[in-house]
Amino acid sequence: MSGSPRRAIPWLALWAVAVYALLFAPILVIVLFSFNAPQGRFNLLWQGFTLANWLHPLAVPELVQAFVSSLRLALAAAALATVLGGGMALALARRRRRADGWIELLLVLPLTSPEIVLGTALLSLFVQADVPMGFGTLLLSHSLFCLSYAALTLQARLSGFDWSLEEAAEDLGASPLQTFLRVTLPRLAPGLLAALLLSFSLSFDDYVVTLFTGGATLTFPLYIAGSFQREIPPQIHVLSTLVLALSLALLALSLRRGPGAPGAQEAPENPPPLR
Amino acid sequence: MSGSRRSWGPEVSWLLLAPGLAWLLGLFVLPLLGLLPLSLAEPLGRFSLRFRFTGRIDNYSEVLQHYGPLLLRSLLVAGLATALALLISYPLACFIAFRGGRWRPLLTGLVVIPFFTASLVRMIGWTTLLADRGPLLGLLRGLGLVMPLEVLGLLHDGRLLNTTPAVVGGLAYNAVPFLVLPLVVTLQRVGVSLLEAAADLQAGPWITLRRVIWPLSKPGLAAGLTLSLVPTVGDVINPQMLGGPNDRLIGNALQNLVLVQRQLPRSAALTVVLMALLALLVLFGLRGGSRDDLPLP
Repeated sequence: MSGSPRRAIPWLALWAVAVYALLFAPILVIVLFSFNAPQGRFNLLWQGFTLANWLHPLAVPELVQAFVSSLRLALAAAALATVLGGGMALALARRRRRADGWIELLLVLPLTSPEIVLGTALLSLFVQADVPMGFGTLLLSHSLFCLSYAALTLQARLSGFDWSLEEAAEDLGASPLQTFLRVTLPRLAPGLLAALLLSFSLSFDDYVVTLFTGGATLTFPLYIAGSFQREIPPQIHVLSTLVLALSLALLALSLRRGPGAPGAQEAPENPPPLR
Repeated sequence: MSGSRRSWGPEVSWLLLAPGLAWLLGLFVLPLLGLLPLSLAEPLGRFSLRFRFTGRIDNYSEVLQHYGPLLLRSLLVAGLATALALLISYPLACFIAFRGGRWRPLLTGLVVIPFFTASLVRMIGWTTLLADRGPLLGLLRGLGLVMPLEVLGLLHDGRLLNTTPAVVGGLAYNAVPFLVLPLVVTLQRVGVSLLEAAADLQAGPWITLRRVIWPLSKPGLAAGLTLSLVPTVGDVINPQMLGGPNDRLIGNALQNLVLVQRQLPRSAALTVVLMALLALLVLFGLRGGSRDDLPLP
């Protein structure tokens, strides 16, 4: 191979390093500043190293309250969205009918509307239906915007699914329910975990839709938005670092090649590049 | 195999589909369509969320008159941010797709990891970095770059925070994964061998990029641009946290209209206008793209 494309390597690699540095810069700041001993109410200037924040991560009651309500909401919304979306993905994968195009379109549409639009539409709906806004309306709206992501994630994972194993199970006398619980579900587990994780972080992260449909509910993002006016305690940094570490661990788990992961059956890896 | 998938009849598959469909129809299609009659209604009083339907088409003319310039400005800022994001993302996607080798999954995963932190938490990170006494401004001062950057309009009164460039940068940052992931998927299909063929035919890097890589990356580009433009146009957080009082965009105006002025009919009219604009952009952008290019884990 001639040298010309090779000469581009250092530039591309340098660019990549720079972009990764940019992407991680604000995150590293958060991790670093969880060890800061701020003077005053705003943890925005480096003053000195301390472990105090990590020893007292729950020192700010209002923050803890907001954090817990976000956790509850995100867990419930992610579970609901994964069950609803998982059902849709399973049904669509098995049907393979041309007429299902409208369902797939319906699944993709929410991805093409900004949060502010969804928030306005849902708020109007809840006002018109006279539904009091709080945890219930939040659960409805969060599970909705997670649903598409959960369903599409699982659908992508199902495209490499080997259905003949289900037939084999049934030929061996398993009932449909047994087949689902003992053959299908275990092989879907990595995909389900990925869908859960994605939904959880989407819900945990949400600010706009929560602001519109949550009534007086205070979630973690809402607390932080208000914190710029009141105080930015380093406990925000500690809790965020913990969430990040946990999501990384779960992400690694869901990417691990489970028996149902796509590509697990294709024997050799990508063919080695020509040298 | 005609005998496959026999265990479930159509009843079971509809049973599996029904709850999800109910969610999508009841909580997405219905409220969005409901905005149309709402946008023609009249509020019962100032700051009242109650309204009655009167077929008041003036909502639209008032909204267009009042928010037209802001809509245009939002589109401009979003376009600028997306262009900046593309400039950042395209070489990175090339690197991952062509030079990633067996590290490709890890390199792709690394692009997403920062976004597992809540966007408002990242705002604290940016505020720390861009603050008046923060590290970035200190570095620029040390390098003597404050004046030149001020002349270029990237700094305002020696500040990075509360400026338009900060908003554009924050929006671009958020758009990077939406662009990188679909681009990597399409560029991977181009394959290294095609680049070697181009090199064997004496094509320089620039010609290879322009005549081979760029045209073949168009499906991923369309998907990525659509996915990044949609949240960028309606963004609320970046203008609010990184911009000054004059950097508010259409999302902030809409939030104010709904939550502070509590004018639901006008908000609905503005939302309909925004959605129509976006639909045009998406229809334009999705031509040539396919759902396979959506970045999903």
